Amino acid sequence: MSRSLPASLTAGRRLPNVWDAVAVAFVFAAIVALVHVSPDTLKPLDAPDATVVTLDPANLPAYALRTTMRMFAALAASLVFTFTFAPLAAKSRRAGLIMVPLLDILQSVPILGFLTFTTAFFMSLFPGRVAGLELAAIFAVFTSQAWNMAFSMYQSLTTLPSDLVEATRAFRLSGWQRFWRLEVPFAMPGLVWNMMLSMSGGWFFVVASEAITLGDQSWKLPGIGSYVATALDERDMKAIWYAIAAMFVVILAYDQLLFRPLVAWSAKFRVELTAGLTAEDPWVLKLLRRTRILSRIAGAVAGVFGVIGSLRLEWPTLRTVSAPRGPSKLGDAMFFVVAAVVAAAAAWSIVAYVIAHDVGLSDLLETVGLGLITMVRVMVLIVLASLLWVPIGVYIGLRPDWARRVQVVVQFAAAFPANLFFPVFVILIVKFHGNSDIWLTPLMILGTQWYILFNVIAGASAFPGDLQEAAKNFRVGGFLWWRRVILPGIFPYFVTGAITASGGSWNAAIVAEVASWGDTKLRAHGLGAYIAQATDEGNFAHVVLGVAVMSIFVLGFNRVLWRPLYAYSTRRLTL
Amino acid sequence: MDGTLAKAPLLEVRGCRQSYHKDSVSDLLVLDDVNLTLSTGEIVGLLGRSGSGKSTLLRIVSGLLVPTAGQVKWRGADLHGPADGVAMVFQSFALFPWLTVQENVELGLEAQGVPKAEREKRAEAAIDLIGLGGYESAYPKELSGGMRQRVGLARALVVHPDLLLMDEPFSALDVLTAETLRTDLIDLWSEGKLPIKSVLMVTHNIEEAVLMCDRILVFSSNPGRVASELVVPFAHPRNRLDPAFRQMVDDIYALMTRRAVKPAVSVPTPAAEAGFATPLAPVSTNLLAGLLETLAAPPYDGRADLPALAGSLQLEADELLPMGEALQLLRFADLADGDLHLTEAGQQFTLSDTDGRKTIFAKALRDHVPLVAAIRRTLDERWNHRASAVRFRDELEDHMSPDYAEDTLRTAISWGRYAELYAYDEEAAQFSLEEIEPAD
Repeated sequence: MSRSLPASLTAGRRLPNVWDAVAVAFVFAAIVALVHVSPDTLKPLDAPDATVVTLDPANLPAYALRTTMRMFAALAASLVFTFTFAPLAAKSRRAGLIMVPLLDILQSVPILGFLTFTTAFFMSLFPGRVAGLELAAIFAVFTSQAWNMAFSMYQSLTTLPSDLVEATRAFRLSGWQRFWRLEVPFAMPGLVWNMMLSMSGGWFFVVASEAITLGDQSWKLPGIGSYVATALDERDMKAIWYAIAAMFVVILAYDQLLFRPLVAWSAKFRVELTAGLTAEDPWVLKLLRRTRILSRIAGAVAGVFGVIGSLRLEWPTLRTVSAPRGPSKLGDAMFFVVAAVVAAAAAWSIVAYVIAHDVGLSDLLETVGLGLITMVRVMVLIVLASLLWVPIGVYIGLRPDWARRVQVVVQFAAAFPANLFFPVFVILIVKFHGNSDIWLTPLMILGTQWYILFNVIAGASAFPGDLQEAAKNFRVGGFLWWRRVILPGIFPYFVTGAITASGGSWNAAIVAEVASWGDTKLRAHGLGAYIAQATDEGNFAHVVLGVAVMSIFVLGFNRVLWRPLYAYSTRRLTL
Repeated sequence: MDGTLAKAPLLEVRGCRQSYHKDSVSDLLVLDDVNLTLSTGEIVGLLGRSGSGKSTLLRIVSGLLVPTAGQVKWRGADLHGPADGVAMVFQSFALFPWLTVQENVELGLEAQGVPKAEREKRAEAAIDLIGLGGYESAYPKELSGGMRQRVGLARALVVHPDLLLMDEPFSALDVLTAETLRTDLIDLWSEGKLPIKSVLMVTHNIEEAVLMCDRILVFSSNPGRVASELVVPFAHPRNRLDPAFRQMVDDIYALMTRRAVKPAVSVPTPAAEAGFATPLAPVSTNLLAGLLETLAAPPYDGRADLPALAGSLQLEADELLPMGEALQLLRFADLADGDLHLTEAGQQFTLSDTDGRKTIFAKALRDHVPLVAAIRRTLDERWNHRASAVRFRDELEDHMSPDYAEDTLRTAISWGRYAELYAYDEEAAQFSLEEIEPAD
């Protein structure tokens, strides 16, 4: 037997098994889906069926598919962004100076406020074609996903274990090789985790970005989001339930086929040697590992990456180890001058825009006032959600077998786009003539409250057993137990959850503070409603102002409240 | 010593059993028929190997764990949950990182509803007593391990417990710190300065037990039982170098190794299966090889006294005994009466080169470790020469606790890999014969 023959030929007994058939079905389904979707995007906008959304439930699978495709396109874009932005920010000191704060601010900008600008921009790229709208929707989802992924990777790259870095130096790996052998694997667990958070958050935005209004024009991209929007216009409650059911199936498939296998897979990149939560492999991962054909393909892909990773791509001049030289003064000076010029130009263009569009101090005061109203809403919601979910989360988290089961459900709930449920609330408010200022508010936290529950459960299940025993031994109970034992113990986790929840709530304000049911319009007072209305009216200047003020509120909220709380909790409340 | 007879027992444990319940299979015993009486004025040590259930017993006494069967009487009444007058010191210190030293110490008093002024006074007294004066406002993370355990002690003492429970209180500390803390504690105890009536401590350090305790209960493993009970007749302060002290340490070593000679047979399983399910302690082949070489070389020349060996290798009994037992299981050495001596096969092993050692090790594994032999046999029989580790783990779990099963399987994997009897894929949890020569 010649050694040069491929293994698949020599191993005669390794016939495909049942799992291969299942996997093949999956793969072909994915291909069919792609083929099904792509031709539509090149249709001209005024083609009869390009942007028509009908409420026939038979169309829902196709809509769900297109929504899902947008999600994955955005995820791919986010990955590309992450792999270019983060290494650049981490490796170039000068670039890092600008890029890191930029990321921080981009994270605080309410994405839905963007929608109008980006739609206009992409429409101008592909005049009269659906592709422009598609790209705008994908971009909206991208902006909800990319920042925290890039941040996670940046953080990993700046905290590489120094012994491993020294090892790569000692073995003279090139920068390219080090990137693939050390940096990417090291960043992987954090990146995968953030990717999944992003995906979960993304569903909300993909649904929101499918029905786009630009001034007096509005388009509906075929998808679940626009299906719901159409149902709202036509007051079709049944259709809304259909959409919720379809989304349920989509999220379930996404959860089972992608989310869980990824979590299990990323566990192998953990550097710390302590055995973490070693849950059983999800069935999809088992399937992947069992099927011969799929594991061959995976092996081939891994092989390609291995080859790419081991290339010695490098600038020839950098081959020799040069004495560490300080940063070039001239280079620094040039960099700062250029940065200052660009910043000044940007600032001037904002000022010019504001002046040109007649945005005065009164507008500013109005938006700040509305911002305060929305802020009160967010704070009240966080407090209420905490009062509800912290005790429940602690109760569940301290019971390991409960915690495991509930976590799955909560992750699912967090991924489910809460905006699909908005109509249900709206109908109830219309029916009972509720006050929109009060009753539209809970919608803001409908989708994000799960992060609080999720993190509290995680915190309570990570609460050290010996501390629990000590508390029991000294018979610490009742209020004293909450105050001295469990609340400080879960606090860092709670803050993490609350940060996510509050950020999400600000964003949701734009879609939650206004709602409609056929001709009935509900409107709460707040910055979200202001932005939504300005968008409806095509008043770009007011949209810019609203978005800017909201960004500043979110940024301030983070800097003044959450950052110090988080710093305190990690400094004081962990061992 | 005759005074203790007159006093009523503080604590009585009768016929205590603790079993781990596994579905479908008969219960796995962690503790079996343990009796213990504790009187005022004594320090009692529970000595045994890890996994002998001594910590479980301590948790039962503290009321943190309810025994499957048996009776626990505290001051003459049945024990239900954590009792008043019992305080515990933890191996891991278990200090609340968000509370200062003072707040940690006050916690037990706060739970009792003691008023603030008195709380502070008593906490300060306890902190001073244990030598932590000046550290009241420090957080645990600012303290060294020894200091932290002092806080743990102060926190337990401040509630003036009748019974102080200590769960391997010094094992997380370095040698010097541990010794200082031990002698400080014993000094305070002998001077009558501790506000406690009795101490029950868990340890796996034989010398520590002889140094501190008035009475020692030696536990056997799997299931945990009281194998023997010894009274330590020396007065405090004790001298480790005193020949009588050394003799007692030697005797306890002998006691613990004598137990090891005959394996626990009381588990009602067929003999063949019991062989398959012999728990293996996780000892690396490097350690085994190193121990064999040490044993073969001077000054031991094939025979070593365990306490002396433990001393020179700076190992505790708890660490050395599993190695000795592993060598005994493989018939590389014999373990008896506190001595370890090299066998013919062991001698052969030390004289061989790397490949020769692997061959000898492989033969010993196949002849004397039924689990390894069974894994290899299964692989030889399968058409694809693959077998899932899960299957073996499940079978092991029918006979032992999941932790033991995990350790045993890990050890079998590591030994079998070293001997090149099989390969193992961690990702897929699968044994295979890939890159292994075919069966002989």
